[in-house]
Order: sequence, then structure tokens, then C-alpha cells
Amino acid sequence: MYAVEINSLSKSFGKTKALDSVTFAVERGELFGLIGPDGAGKTTLFRLLTTLLNPDNGSATIDGFDIVKDYHTIRSRVGYMPGRFSLYPDLTVEENLNFFAALFGVTVEESYDLIAPIYSHIEPFRTRRAGKLSGGMKQKLALSCALIHRPSVLFLDEPTTGVDAVSRCEFWDMLSELKTKGITILASTPYMDEASRCDRIALCDKGHILDINTPQDIVNKYDSNLYAINADNMFNLLEASRKATGVIECYPFGESHHLVTNEEFDLNHYKEELGDFKNLTITPTAPTIEDMFIKLMKR
Amino acid sequence: MPLVMTMDVRNVNIAVVDLDHSTTSNRIISHIEASEYLSLVGTTEQYIVAMDALENGTVDIIVQIPNNFERDMIVSTPEKINITANAVNATKGSLGSQYLVQTIARALQELKNEKSPTQLSELVTVQNRFNPTLNYRHYMIPALMIILFILICGFLPALSIVGEKESGTIEQINVTPVSRMTFILSKLIPYWLIGLFVLTIAMIVARVVYGLYPVGSIGLIYFGAACFILTISGFSLTIANFSETMQQTMFVMFFFVMIFMLMSGLLTPIDSMPNWAQKFTGILPPRYFVEILRSVYLKGSTFMDLWHNYLALGIFATIFNILAALTYKKQA
Repeated sequence: MYAVEINSLSKSFGKTKALDSVTFAVERGELFGLIGPDGAGKTTLFRLLTTLLNPDNGSATIDGFDIVKDYHTIRSRVGYMPGRFSLYPDLTVEENLNFFAALFGVTVEESYDLIAPIYSHIEPFRTRRAGKLSGGMKQKLALSCALIHRPSVLFLDEPTTGVDAVSRCEFWDMLSELKTKGITILASTPYMDEASRCDRIALCDKGHILDINTPQDIVNKYDSNLYAINADNMFNLLEASRKATGVIECYPFGESHHLVTNEEFDLNHYKEELGDFKNLTITPTAPTIEDMFIKLMKR
Repeated sequence: MPLVMTMDVRNVNIAVVDLDHSTTSNRIISHIEASEYLSLVGTTEQYIVAMDALENGTVDIIVQIPNNFERDMIVSTPEKINITANAVNATKGSLGSQYLVQTIARALQELKNEKSPTQLSELVTVQNRFNPTLNYRHYMIPALMIILFILICGFLPALSIVGEKESGTIEQINVTPVSRMTFILSKLIPYWLIGLFVLTIAMIVARVVYGLYPVGSIGLIYFGAACFILTISGFSLTIANFSETMQQTMFVMFFFVMIFMLMSGLLTPIDSMPNWAQKFTGILPPRYFVEILRSVYLKGSTFMDLWHNYLALGIFATIFNILAALTYKKQA
């Protein structure tokens, strides 16, 4: 049995289709990533799976329980960490934890071994009000609260948005550790670089799933040639490259532009077409998940 | 609050234009001076001077005693005493002139009695039942208690629920196995208790500070309060269900609370409203509680006298709470 099984799930808000018959399944004990830009439907999917929303069409089960019929059972089995910090800012760290333990009918001691690796980071501040914590500490507290009842599936909606790079890395380390304890984790993120930390990822955009695979397989499927190009006048370079023969597309990527080409492409011919650019460098480069995402999105 | 919110008119400034200079006019002036509601600013012989003072606002009412008033009163019908009142503040103008007329009448009656002591009987006697001294505070105190209820049990629960919606904490609660009913009750019960606690305090203050205690049974008051609390909190819950932000709740609540305050007979009697407005008050829940509280407090009415008010509140409580339960979506 899959931990999460989703069958052509759809949800619309007015005329906007937030989710358009999404189907996939997540294995038990898997760290599954939902990668996509804002508005891809990640939050809607999480809200459906945590029974905060009812689907328009399709069905989904969590540990075999239906999200509509058995919503009550599901609520005590899943942990949910919304994208927005949503603990009580007026309660202290300790009070928040005790409060959520009480809501689930457990005590902090019972689950302490599970949350200890995370909670130990913020335990020195346990008498501080949650609203006064730093962003990274808030996330750790929210994760502790989401884990307090030993959920079998954990939903993390953009847990690292607005958190600094070091804390983000630390956060993903913690998730990997949780995975070893048999908890199935679904995390969404707009950051493509975090995708490699997941066992499998789903690329989604505008309510559709573009592809589901391991991060490595997604990259391996990339079948075009990719070059990183640089010059002094980056903007003109972008314009000129887009007009050149054999170029499928050219887009800014960090410090350079990425150039996607087909069989007609010839490096020397391309250089001639570009004309005079100072400090022009063209190097073949390995595709990343972001390149794949852009390619799938354009299709 | 009851000290400030009063319709009793005091300190009405009087100027007397005395053209008569007789024992009678002196008697009238001394009566005005002695009155607890009126205060004599001065006497003059020129109406124009008094009129100037009225226009400046230093004088509220002018009394003009005509020339030869005393003599004419004995031989024939005298020229009438002329009263000019500043009616910008209509209450002060009309009540002030009434006090003044009574004061003058008393002075004249006294003089008459001194001359022919046999006629002592007064022609009219007025007896005010239930509030013998016509103390406006006794009328206002129950109303103020109800305003407190509307604010505590109407505004606060709605704001606290919408506050959770705004901060997003409601999402976190919703994914827990805690049922919606438990959540809602946990939001309401504190305010119910606070409401009843405030009622108790208000009744003690009314007793100790203003000497007002309910003639009827205290149990009836608490029973009415309980019905009213259920009604108003169900109402506020319905509004909270429909709003996303505190501001929305505030504006919608304000709209209804203004109508409640102005049209439920809290401040002005329903009987003096136009006919259509009187009919309209039938759909305002506070109207029934106002009637209960005032009748029990001042008249000592029993449940049999007021049962239809309790029934109305009961119906409102049921309607609003069912509405609140229906509009409260378990899942968005």
C-alpha cells in the first residue's frame, strides 16, 4: 500500500483550475518533493491531502484512508506545516508544543525522542514567545509541533521559503534524518536546487504534473545540447542568440545564459551569426532540474 | 457612565427681566434662586440686555415679568409672563422651561395661599410609578448593561475567531482531530462567563453606587442574560464565518450594533418611534432583553408577564446558532 495515493484529483477556485486531474503515488518512507513555481497548485494539493479542502473530482488516500470520507482518521495521522508560520505567537516555545500535544491527546515526553534532534536546537529558548523567534527557529518549532503526535505522513508546504541558506541546508538534513525513522515526507519548494535532496520529485506547473522521477533520472532525460554562454553585453547576447539558427531557446541562468540547441546548430556558424561580442565564452554544460523544468514548461 | 449619560437637565441659566419690582416678582426670583435645577444669572430691566446674554450663550432662558404684574393680578387678569428659551439643545430648552413654569406656579401658589390660607388643596397631583423620582439613571443603567453585553459577547468572540483566520493558526487547528464544535465552544465559553461576570459586577455597582436594585427576581435577569448571550454570540459567529479579516467583521458588526443601539429602545423609547420603525424593532433581539431587564429591574415583573420576550430571545438564539453551524464550513 502506498503512503499517499492520488487519483485524477481536481480542484477549481471559480474559473481558475488550481489542480487539473493530478495522479501520482508516494511510497512509504519516501522523501517526495513537489517542485514548481508560485501558483503551480502545490499548496492546494497539500490542503486537499490534509483534508482542509474538498476535491471537485477524483480521489486520494493517505495510508489507505480516503481524504473525504475518513478525514477524521487522517487528521490524527498526518502532520502539516503550512507555508505561513501559524503557531500562536503569544505563547512561548514550550507552551506551543504542549498545546499541540494536548490537541492530539499526547504528551511531549511520549514523542520526545522523535522531535529531540530538531527541538534541541530551540530548547534553550523554550521560554521565549514564538513570535519573537528568528525565521529558522520558527520553522524548527513548527516542525516540532507537526511531529508531536508521531504522524505517519508529514506535509511540509514550502518549509524553506524565507529561510537563510545555512538553515535551509540544516532543515533538509533534519528531513533526511526523519525519513530514516519511517516517516513519509511530502515537501514542496520553489527552489530547484533543493530538489536533489528528495528521493523523487514531481515537477508541477499550473495545476499539472509535468514529470515525476528521481532527480537524477529527470536530468538524464534531458535530450538537447546545452551551452552556457557569457559576454560583456549580456542583454544583446540574449537577443542575438534567440535569432540564431539551430537555437531552440536561450534564457538567463544565474550569471550566464543557457542556450538550448538542436541538430542544425553549428558552433562556428553560430559565432559568425552573433557577430562582434567582447569576451564571448561558450562552454557545454550539464543540464540541471531547472533546465528540465523550463523545457517541460515550454512544451 | 450613568453619571454622564443622563437626560436630567440641571444648571439651566436664567435671566430675569423684572419690570414689576414687586413682592410677587421678588418671590418668583427667590424661588428661581432656590431651585436645584435652575441657576439665576442676574436680573435686569432691559429685555435687550438679557437677549444679548442669551445669544452669547451665558443665559439659557429669559423670564420677563411685565410692568404692574402684581397689581393687575389682584384687580384683573395680568399681562402674561413671557418666557424665552434657547432651544438649540431641545431637551434643555423644553425641560428647562417646564421646570421654570413649575417654579413660577409654585411661587404664585405660595403667595396666594399666604393671602387666603383656606385654599390649600392642590388641583393636580402626579404620582410616578416604578421610578418615583423620574431618575434618568434608573432608566439608563439596564441599557448600559445591555451595551456591555453587545460589546463583550457580540464583538469579542467574532474578533477572536477571525483573528485566528488572519494569523493562519486556524489551519493548524483544523488539521488536528479537535472537532469544530469544540473549537467554537472554546472560543465562546470564556466570553459567556465574562459576560455573566460583568453582569454581576454591573448589578453590584448599580446597587452600591446608584442604589438601584432589581425589584423582581435576580434569577429572571440571569435567565434573560443567558438567552441574550446565546443570541448575540450566535449572531457574531455567523458574521465571523462570512468574513476573512478583522476589518470586515468590525464593519459588519458596527452596522448591526448601530441599529441595535439606536432602535432597540436602549436610549430612546420604542413607543415614540414612527409606526414602521416600531414594527421593525420586532426583529432586533436586544429589544426583548431591554424590556426584560427594565421590567424586572424597575417594575418587578414576573416570568408570566415577560414569557413572550424570553420566547422571542429563545427563537433568535436557535435561529442564529443554527445559521452559524450551517455557515461554518468544516472544509473550505
